[in-house]
Amino acid sequence: MSITYLEAIREALARALAEDPRVFIYGQDVGRFGGAFKATKNLIEQFPGRVIDAPISEDAIIGLAVGAAIEGLRPVIEIQFADFSLLGLNQIVNQAATLFWRTGTPCPITIRLPSGGTIGSGPFHSQCLEAIYAHFPGLIVMTPATVEDAYTMLLDAIKIDDPVIFIEHKLLYYHLKADHLHDEGLPVGKARIAREGRDLTIVTYGAMVHESIAAAEELASEGYEIEIVDLRTVKPIDTDTVIASVARTGRLLCVSEAWPWGGVAAEVIARVVSEGFGLLDAPPLRLNAKDTPIPFHPNLWSMHRPTARTIADAARKVLRF
Amino acid sequence: MVLGRVLDEKLASLYRAGKIYGGCYLGRGQEALSVAIGLNLKKGDVFAPLIRDTAGRLAFGEPIHDAVRTYLGSVLGPMRGRDGNVHRGRIHEGIIPMISHLGAMIAVVNGILFARKLKGITGTVGVASIGDGGTSTGAFHEALNQASVEKLPLVVVVANNQYAYSTPNSRQFACRSLADRAIGYGISGYEINGTDLESCLDVLKQTIEEARLTSTPKLVVANLLRLCGHGEHDDASYIDPKIKDSPIGRDCIRIAEERLLQRGWASQQEITMIWEEAKVTVDRVVAEVQSEPAPDPYAEDWCALKTKHLADIYCIPEVPDRPEGVLDLP
Repeated sequence: MSITYLEAIREALARALAEDPRVFIYGQDVGRFGGAFKATKNLIEQFPGRVIDAPISEDAIIGLAVGAAIEGLRPVIEIQFADFSLLGLNQIVNQAATLFWRTGTPCPITIRLPSGGTIGSGPFHSQCLEAIYAHFPGLIVMTPATVEDAYTMLLDAIKIDDPVIFIEHKLLYYHLKADHLHDEGLPVGKARIAREGRDLTIVTYGAMVHESIAAAEELASEGYEIEIVDLRTVKPIDTDTVIASVARTGRLLCVSEAWPWGGVAAEVIARVVSEGFGLLDAPPLRLNAKDTPIPFHPNLWSMHRPTARTIADAARKVLRF
Repeated sequence: MVLGRVLDEKLASLYRAGKIYGGCYLGRGQEALSVAIGLNLKKGDVFAPLIRDTAGRLAFGEPIHDAVRTYLGSVLGPMRGRDGNVHRGRIHEGIIPMISHLGAMIAVVNGILFARKLKGITGTVGVASIGDGGTSTGAFHEALNQASVEKLPLVVVVANNQYAYSTPNSRQFACRSLADRAIGYGISGYEINGTDLESCLDVLKQTIEEARLTSTPKLVVANLLRLCGHGEHDDASYIDPKIKDSPIGRDCIRIAEERLLQRGWASQQEITMIWEEAKVTVDRVVAEVQSEPAPDPYAEDWCALKTKHLADIYCIPEVPDRPEGVLDLP
């Protein structure tokens, strides 16, 4: 048996709906149609009345989720593309993220954001917005990179009493597969060593974990052993695991598909420099997408985001410093 | 109404005396509309007030202490000094504390009503208050449309006080009446004279009960004039004198008093007593709250999450020892 990243998400949703009567799903086209990516396929038949189509109103969708959370439910929101979540930004960062702090009333909502580039998606269906959400206090931001994490972390997200931004990478939906799902994963907030090595630490998350692994394999043929840290959540960041890895390797490269300015890669480097400066044998480097909107044509897109090839190049720069 | 007005006046005098941090926002001129909301809501209903709903909050059951504590920053208040002035509420008693982006509150009320529908709870209603300015936001449109699609027992009350801060109606919308917008959502719209307590009471009673029974949204637009600045920092010099002299420029409390006297339902003496009693009550609460403790930054946990162990901890400078003397205020 093999299960895809997308199927793992659907399995997690089905399990959450089955186990907790407070859970419901609200979003555009999630009902009979099963969602733009089919993450909610057949769920409406299994859970009638609890998988509900919403009008194209991201602000009101999130606002409704906050109200339902106040009333004791645990809404799971599917925003069709992460890019569209910016239309609900006010409700996410000013309403949901501040509710508990202002009032003491918890706001257990999960907002699923299909994120990241795929071929031909262009500027408005490809964005990686984790850094924007991580910037605001009161949110937890998850970025699962594996099928197993997509499953257990989504279940964790729904159980958490705070708003969770759940960043799913669309490129992983259909192609990333696992043999079976586990009931439990690593604890939330804990990073994972995706590959062990002693020469350089690559800190990354989401789809870039797989590009980084491919880069590490290429570099292995040149005699370099690359350690890869998969952050799993970018808020909070597991700084301890990152620092411990840098302590082993002395070199750091941060890779993110998001834009460079003030993002997760910059944050990780800032932490390592301020808390582990003495551990570094070379200046740390970050590799991000280019600072332009995301291009439509595959030729342009392939150069816009980091890939195994550009990651390996960046890694060589740090290794040979 | 009178208690709301007296409380507001007291808060304004505390503001002028420099006893209040931040702004001070009064309901002067809006009490008839506001109180009509509060009086027609029942326990279990939901109310998302706007910044001029002192009277409605009191009528719905918000203790006077909540307003005074939130304005004066008492740590015993419902917001514990984390938010101030009109940004207060008691979620579990149905008063939803506003964020400043008021249009965003309507969808939150929708969510509470939606959740009750999913849970099979019927017979409760939600009211969201908003001003003429708030009707121009996308959030207002999205939420009214959503309430209509989801068939929620929601009443949106628009206090059209002619100005959004300094912006007159003519620069805010170009439709004949804001009540006409109801047609576009497939719901009933009502336009009322917001200075007239009786019509406010009648229409709010009718719309709230109808929403409760039929689980359909309603839009009520009340025309009135704000008889003060946007906040107490604002002298409202931009208000057109012609509007001030028009019928909607009249004080709703004076109109209600005249009506009581004309019909012989109260004597001047009784009315005076109502004001005196309100003053005594408000003064007593203010005196009490003024001796209450302010929030202590050294006692704060500085964590925005309920799930404390997931707080992102990094580079936090060690908390300094409590210094001698005062805090580092500007």
